[in-house]
Amino acid sequence: MTSMSDVFAAQLPALTVAVLIFAAPLAFLASARGARIIALVAAFVEVVAAGWLAASVAASGPIIYRIGGWGAPLGIDFRVDGLSAVMIALASVVGLAITVYAAGYFGSDERYTYFWPLWLFLWGSLVALFSSNDAFNLYVCLELVTISAVALVGIGGSKAALTAAMRYLLAAIAGSLFYLFGVAMLYAATGVLDLTALSQVATKSPTAQVGLVLAIVGLVVKTALVPIHFWLPPAHANAPSPISAVLSALVVKGSFFIALRLMFALSGGELAPGLPLMLGLMGATAIVWGSVQAFSQVRLKMLVAYSTVAQIGYLFVLFPLVDAASSHQQAATAVSAGIFHAVSHALAKSAMFLAAGAVLVRFGHDRIADLAGLVRTAPAAAFAFGIAGVSMLGLPPSGGFVSKWLYVSVALSSGAWWWAIPVLLGGLLAATYVFRVIAIFLRSPESADAQLCKVHPAVTWIPLLLAVASLLVGVLGQPVLDLLGPAALAMTAGVAP
Amino acid sequence: MTTPVLSQTDIYALAGALLFCIGLYGLMIRPHLLHKVLALNIMSTGIFFVIVAVARRVPGQTPDPLPHAMVLTGIVVTVSATAFALALLKRIFTETGAVCLDDTGDVDE
Repeated sequence: MTSMSDVFAAQLPALTVAVLIFAAPLAFLASARGARIIALVAAFVEVVAAGWLAASVAASGPIIYRIGGWGAPLGIDFRVDGLSAVMIALASVVGLAITVYAAGYFGSDERYTYFWPLWLFLWGSLVALFSSNDAFNLYVCLELVTISAVALVGIGGSKAALTAAMRYLLAAIAGSLFYLFGVAMLYAATGVLDLTALSQVATKSPTAQVGLVLAIVGLVVKTALVPIHFWLPPAHANAPSPISAVLSALVVKGSFFIALRLMFALSGGELAPGLPLMLGLMGATAIVWGSVQAFSQVRLKMLVAYSTVAQIGYLFVLFPLVDAASSHQQAATAVSAGIFHAVSHALAKSAMFLAAGAVLVRFGHDRIADLAGLVRTAPAAAFAFGIAGVSMLGLPPSGGFVSKWLYVSVALSSGAWWWAIPVLLGGLLAATYVFRVIAIFLRSPESADAQLCKVHPAVTWIPLLLAVASLLVGVLGQPVLDLLGPAALAMTAGVAP
Repeated sequence: MTTPVLSQTDIYALAGALLFCIGLYGLMIRPHLLHKVLALNIMSTGIFFVIVAVARRVPGQTPDPLPHAMVLTGIVVTVSATAFALALLKRIFTETGAVCLDDTGDVDE
C-alpha cells in the first residue's frame, strides 16, 4: 500500500527543479526588493524539498520520475539515487547560504538586479543536471548552467569581469559541443540515450569508444581539469564573491558528475582502456600545479580560485582507484570518497570565497600582503578562512580528512599505493598556501588607520557557518556516507571485479 | 554491382566531422571574437550533420525520428547561446573598444 507521503515523495524530483525554475522568471519580473524576497522563499522551500528527497531516497532507494509520463527510451527520466540526492541536498544547503549572503552583499545595488533570476536559473539547472538520466537532456542542462553562470560572471560589467566571462563562455561552449559530439557517437553505436539503458548495452565498437572519449574531453574542459583550466581562475576570481562561491562549490561539480555517471554507465575502463589512468594522472598533476600556483598569487580570490584547480584534481583520482580496486566494495568506496570530497570541498570553498567577499567589502581590496591583522579587523572572515583551510588540508576532524582517509585506504588495500602519494602530498601543498595567508592575517597591521567599511551581518556570519559545516560534515558525515554507499555499489556493479 | 566503400550516410557523417574540426581550428587560431563565435556555430552545425546522418544509420529503414528531435533542440540551444555570446561581445566592444581577448588583461582589476 502506498501512503500519501510516498505519493508525494515520487513527485519530489520534479518539485526540486520546478521551485527554482518557476521562481526565476518571477524574480525577473519583480522589483529588486521583490526579487530578493522571491529568491529567499524559493531557497527555503528548496532546502525542505531537497532534505525530504534525500530522506526518501535513504529510506526506500532511488526515485525515478518520468517527465510527462512518457518514460525512456522516448521520454526523459529523472533518476535520483543516493549520489544525486547528496548533490541536490548539498546544492540546497550551499544555495540557501549564498542566497542569504547575497541579499546582504548586493543590498539595493541596481547593477545586480538581474543576479536573482540568473542565480535561480543556475541553481534550478544544476538540480536538473544532478537528477537527469538522459545523455542528451544532460547536454541541455549543461548549456543552461553555462549560460546563466557566464552571465553571472559578467554581471558587474567591469572590463576584467566581461573578458573573464567571454573566455569562460568560449571554453564552456566548446566543452559542451565535444560532449554533444560524444553523445551523438554513443547514440550511433547503441541507439539509446537513457543512462540506465546505456549501461545494459555492452558495446565495444570503435564508434562507442570515440564517443566516450569525446564526451569525457568535453566534460574535462568544463570541469577545468589541468591542463585545460586556463579559463577558471579569472572567471572565478573576477565574479562577485557570492557567484565565485557558486562556481567553485557547485558548477564545476556538475560536469564532473556527468563524467562520473557516463564513465560507469559505459564501464569506461573496459570500453576505453587507459582513460581512467589518464584522468587520474591529470588529477594528480592538477593537485600539484594548482597548489603551486595558489601559493604564488597576490590576490586572495585568485589564491582561492587556484585552490579550486587543485581540489578538482582529487575528484578525478577516483577513476584509476575504481579501476585498480580488487573488490566491488573497494570500487564503491572510491566513488563515495570522491563524492564526499565534492561535498566537503563545496562547503569549505564557498566559505573561503564568501569570507574573501567580506574582506573585499571591509577593505575595498583583497591584496594578501595588505591584509595583516585581519584577525582583529575582520575576525569572522579570518576564522572562516582558517577553519575552511583545515578542511582543505584534510586535517581531522574535517570533511576533507574523511575523503582523503577513504582514498588512501582504498589505494593501500587495492595495492595501487602510488595513488596515495598525490592525495597526501596535496594536503602538504595546501598547507603552504593556507598557512601563508593565515600568517599574514595574524601579523599586526602596519597602519592602524586603514579605512574600514561596515559589513552586513549576513556577509560576516554566513562564511563562518559554512566553514563550521565543512568541519562538522567530517564528524557527522555518516548519514551522507550511508546514502552514498548503496548508490556507489549499484553504479560500480558493471566495472567491479 | 559493387557496394560503395562509403555509403551516402557515411559521407554525410564525415562531412559533419570535418566541419567540426574546421570550427575547432578557427576557435583556437582566430583572435577576433566574432570569428570565434562563428567558429562555435560551425562546430555545432558539424555535429548536427553527424546526428542527422545517425538517424539513417540502418540502410533501407525509415529514419529514426529521435535524432531529428535532438537536432531541433540543439538548434534552439545554439541560437540562444549565440545570441548571448553576441550580446556579451557587443558589451565588451562598447566598454573597451577591443574585439580580441588579450592574454593578460583579465587577471587584475
